[in-house]
Amino acid sequence: MKTEQLIDALVADRGPASASRLSRFPIALGLGILVSLAAFLATLGVRPDFIPSIETWRFDLKVAVMLLAWGLALSLCRALASPFEVRRPALRLLPLGLVLFATVVVELMLVPPTEWATRLVGTNWAVCLTAIPLLSLAPLAALLIALRSAAPQSPAQAGAAAGLLAAASGATLYALHCFDDSPLFVATWYGLATALVVILGAVLGRRLLRW
Amino acid sequence: MSDRQELGALMRCARQGDDEAYRRLLVRVSFWLRPVVRRGLAAAGRGPEDGEDIVQETLLAMHLKRDTWDAAQPLEPWLRAIARYKLIDHLRRRGFADHVDIDDIADSLEASTAADPAPAVDSRRLLATLPERQRRIVEEISLEGRRAADVAERLGMSEGAVRVALHRALKSLASAFRTGSA
Repeated sequence: MKTEQLIDALVADRGPASASRLSRFPIALGLGILVSLAAFLATLGVRPDFIPSIETWRFDLKVAVMLLAWGLALSLCRALASPFEVRRPALRLLPLGLVLFATVVVELMLVPPTEWATRLVGTNWAVCLTAIPLLSLAPLAALLIALRSAAPQSPAQAGAAAGLLAAASGATLYALHCFDDSPLFVATWYGLATALVVILGAVLGRRLLRW
Repeated sequence: MSDRQELGALMRCARQGDDEAYRRLLVRVSFWLRPVVRRGLAAAGRGPEDGEDIVQETLLAMHLKRDTWDAAQPLEPWLRAIARYKLIDHLRRRGFADHVDIDDIADSLEASTAADPAPAVDSRRLLATLPERQRRIVEEISLEGRRAADVAERLGMSEGAVRVALHRALKSLASAFRTGSA
């Protein structure tokens, strides 16, 4: 087939342009989060002392960090989904890294060294490592499906960003259940759980988001 | 009206169903693309023989991803971004992982009004990767230059079915390019 002939075929293939690919992304994310929310409420649920915990700064800080991660991941994911090159995408997560680092430093100053290990290990790190990835699966799947109609310069990076956004969604839900509010716990176990989902996103993105 | 705006205007007309505008846009993009691809291959130390394949693959990608262009933005940066991805992707598949800076090898589209005609390459082998019916439809439309409605009549299908099959065929072609099975 010559190029002129290919152009004939492309011109003939002009169904009505699908109305708004851009709106697909928020819808997919919303649906994915809804599925995770339902799973969360049906299994783990909000911690019983949720109302009093709102008045503790460590809990509030934990939720604020999750929301910061979510917001940064959202903007990163949108940028990486576009056909335009994003230079140094990881740099966009610098505010999150700095905030996490600062919270850890403050916690280390406030808590005597003898208690560091207890705070770090917490009460249920294994649940944390399992629940966050599981709660991330629905948003990740929905995002990857939506991103298939995008045109990312780097499919792996776009997949990783989708993983981060999905993990931030799952971790925000899980944070409402988890009793461990120490920044030492959050930075370590939430961080590890998130890394798992980011890697999964990158691997899947590399395969599924090529175009 | 500057040339740059005109490109965007062509795409906007195309979106509203103006087939002639779309054809003009694709032809012009193909003229611009050919030297870009040639230079990109040369910069990677490769010969020009894959050139027209990359041009076709890029045109296909532009077509299939045309909804990712935001009509409020100029079209040229978007075209360059698609071309960049396709060129890098092609080189990477052949084990060349270096960075290609599209701005180093691409003229402005404005400057590329001179025709750079297609070499008479023929990628029939690509069509051979399609299932029988899809291949037939693509051949009728592209090689024979028939309209979708006429093809529908000849093959005893509805026009809608022809268009669906054509769209699937183009997606399969893009995928065949990508996996290098063509």
